[in-house]
Amino acid sequence: MEIQLSGISKQFGQFKALNNVGLNIQSGELLALLGPSGSGKTTLLRIIAGLENADIGSVYFDGVDMANTPLRERQIGFVFQHYALFKHMTLRENVSFGLRVKTRAFRRPAAAIRARADELLKLVQLGGLEDRYPHQLSGGQRQRVALARALAIDPKVLLLDEPFGALDAKVRKELRQWLRDLHQQTGVTTVFVTHDQEEALELADRVVIMQKGEIAQLGSVDQVYEQPASPLVFDFLGDSNIIAAQWRGDVVHVGDSAIGAYPSTANTAVLDEGAVDVYVRPSDLRIADAEQAGIDVVVNSIQRTGPIVRAEVSFAHSTFAQSHSTLRVELPHLHHDVPRFQTGATLRLRLMQFSVFAPQTITPVREQLSAPILIGRERERLAG
Amino acid sequence: MKFKTNSPLPGFAPALFYTVLYLALIVVIPLSGLFFKTAELGLAQFWDLISGERVTHALMISFATALAAAMINAVFGLIIAWVFVRYDFTGKGLFDAIIDLPFALPTAVAGIALSTLYSGSGWLGNLFNKVGIEIAFTPIGIVIALTFIGLPFVVRSVEPVLRELEKELEEAAASLGANRWQTLYHVVFPTLLPALLSGFALAFARGVGEYGSVIFIAGNVPYVSEVAPLLIVIKLEEYDYAGATAVAAAMLLISFVLLILINALQAWSQRYKASSGNVNAAPDKGFVA
Repeated sequence: MEIQLSGISKQFGQFKALNNVGLNIQSGELLALLGPSGSGKTTLLRIIAGLENADIGSVYFDGVDMANTPLRERQIGFVFQHYALFKHMTLRENVSFGLRVKTRAFRRPAAAIRARADELLKLVQLGGLEDRYPHQLSGGQRQRVALARALAIDPKVLLLDEPFGALDAKVRKELRQWLRDLHQQTGVTTVFVTHDQEEALELADRVVIMQKGEIAQLGSVDQVYEQPASPLVFDFLGDSNIIAAQWRGDVVHVGDSAIGAYPSTANTAVLDEGAVDVYVRPSDLRIADAEQAGIDVVVNSIQRTGPIVRAEVSFAHSTFAQSHSTLRVELPHLHHDVPRFQTGATLRLRLMQFSVFAPQTITPVREQLSAPILIGRERERLAG
Repeated sequence: MKFKTNSPLPGFAPALFYTVLYLALIVVIPLSGLFFKTAELGLAQFWDLISGERVTHALMISFATALAAAMINAVFGLIIAWVFVRYDFTGKGLFDAIIDLPFALPTAVAGIALSTLYSGSGWLGNLFNKVGIEIAFTPIGIVIALTFIGLPFVVRSVEPVLRELEKELEEAAASLGANRWQTLYHVVFPTLLPALLSGFALAFARGVGEYGSVIFIAGNVPYVSEVAPLLIVIKLEEYDYAGATAVAAAMLLISFVLLILINALQAWSQRYKASSGNVNAAPDKGFVA
C-alpha cells in the first residue's frame, strides 16, 4: 500500500516535533526513518499509525485521507520498542489477539484462529513455545512474538518503532536479516524507526534522515551515504573528520596542498573562493604516494580493535588554523598501510572520498556555498 | 520452604530474625492468646456460645456487609483510581487528599456524620425516605459506613499499578483492532486484577472489624443491624469474657479462611508470573537468521 504524507506538523507544548513534513512511501518498500533522538522520527511513525494526530497535514493510504479512520480500523501492524506483549497471555493468545477481537461476522472459527497463531509462531521460529508466557522468553524472542502478533491481522503496513533498540548487538543483527527476508517474502510496505545508521543502511531500500522535525535528506542508501546533503547528515551516517580548507581557483587546498579533484558533476559554478570545511570519514584516509597531493600528519597513537586499526594523527604543519587539531584514521587490520603507522611517524594522507560544505565556524563566503557539494572522489580520479 | 543462605546479598539472618520476632510480638502472640482463652472453653461450650441466634446473625451481618462494601469499593475505587491516573483536572490534588481522609478521621466522627446525614431527618436520609428506602439503622447504613472507610484501600492499591501500566499495551491492542471495551476487558483489567484484589481484601478485612463508624448509623438492633464487633463489646460490658472470646475467635477464623481464599484468587490472577519459576529464556529451537 502506498502512503502519502503531506504538510505534517506536530507540536508538543513549546516543542516543535514535526514541521511541514511531506513524504511518499511506495508500495512494498522497506523505508527507514533515521535520526537522532528528538528529531521527530517516532512521532512521524505514530502519526502514520494513527497513534497521534497531526496538528496540520494529512495522511493518505492509497490516496484515501485517513483523518477520520481511527488506529484500530487502519489495519496496521505496529511493533513497539519494548514489545508491549500482553504479559498475562500465552504466546498463542498474544498472537491470536488481533483475530479474536474481531466482530463475530468477521471472526474465523476458534480452531482456525489457533492454527493461524501456531503457524505464525512457527514463522518466527518459536514453534513449540505456544503455551509459554512472555516473561519466559529472551528479548529477541519477545520481539519476534510481537512481530508475529502484528502480522496476524494481515496488515497493510508494518510499522516498527526502534524494534531492535533494546536487544544486544548479535541478536539485533540476526533479527535485521530476518526482517529483511520476511519483507521479501510478504512484500508488506514496511516503515521502521531507528537511530542506528548501520541498521538503516543495512535494512532499508530508502532512508529518510530526520533532523529537528524536518526531513534532512531522503534517498537510497547509496545516495544518502555518498552524497550527504548537509554536514549533519554526513556526521550522522558515520564518523567524520572535519578539516578547515580553502577553495582557490576551483581547487580545495589544505594549507599548501591541493587535495581537491572534482568530478564533472560537481556544481562548481556557485563557488568562488574562500574558506570551506572538508568532511572525510576516518576509513576514507590512506597513505599517499610521495608525489601525490595530501595532508602531512604526525601519528599520535595507534589502537588495534580486532578487524580495524584506529590511528589518531595531528597536522604536521600548524601554519593554518584548524578547529580540530587531530584526525582519526581507520584501516582494515591487514591493509598494507598499517605497518607504516608508527607512533611519531610523519605521513602524507590522501583523501579517497570527501564532502565539502560551507564552514560552520566562519560565515560562508557566499550564500550558495551552504548548498552542499561532494567534490572529491578517489575512484573517479584514478579512473580519469 | 527453602532457606536461601547462599544469597550474595548480606543480612538474611538478622532480617529474618527481626521479621519473626516482630510478627510474633505484634501479631501471633496476641492472637494466640485469644485462641488459648477460647480453648479453655472446650469445643461444646464454644459451639454453644457462637451458635446462638443473636451471634450468628451478628456474624452474618458483619461479613455480608463487609463483603458488599468491599465489592462496591472495588468497582468505584477502580473508577476513581482510573480518573486520578488518566485525567488531569483542576482540584485533582485536593480530591487526592480527600480520598485519604477516611484513613485519618476518627471512625466515630465518621459514624456520627453519616448517621446525621442518612437518618430519617437528615439531608440524604430524607430523600431516600421519600422513595421508601430506610438507610439509617438498617444493614444498608452499615454498608454505607463500611464503604466510606474502605474506599482508600482500593484506590491506593490500584493507583500505582495503573500508573505503571504501559501505555503501549493499550496502543498495541488498539492497533490489533480491539475496541475500547475489549482493550479494557482483555488487557487492562487482567493487569490490574491482582492489585484490585489486594485492595478488596484490605477493604474487606477493615470492614469486618469496623466498630466506631458502624455503631452510630447501624442502630444496633439485635438480629437486624447488630455487628459482631459490637456484640463482643456488649458481652465484655456484661463481664461475659468467654462469650466475647468465642465470638472473636469465630470472626478470626472466618476472616482467616476468607483472606486465604482471596490470596489464592490473587495468585491465580498472576499465574503467568510464576508458571515455571524460571525467568530465563525458553530454549530456542535454533534461530536461523
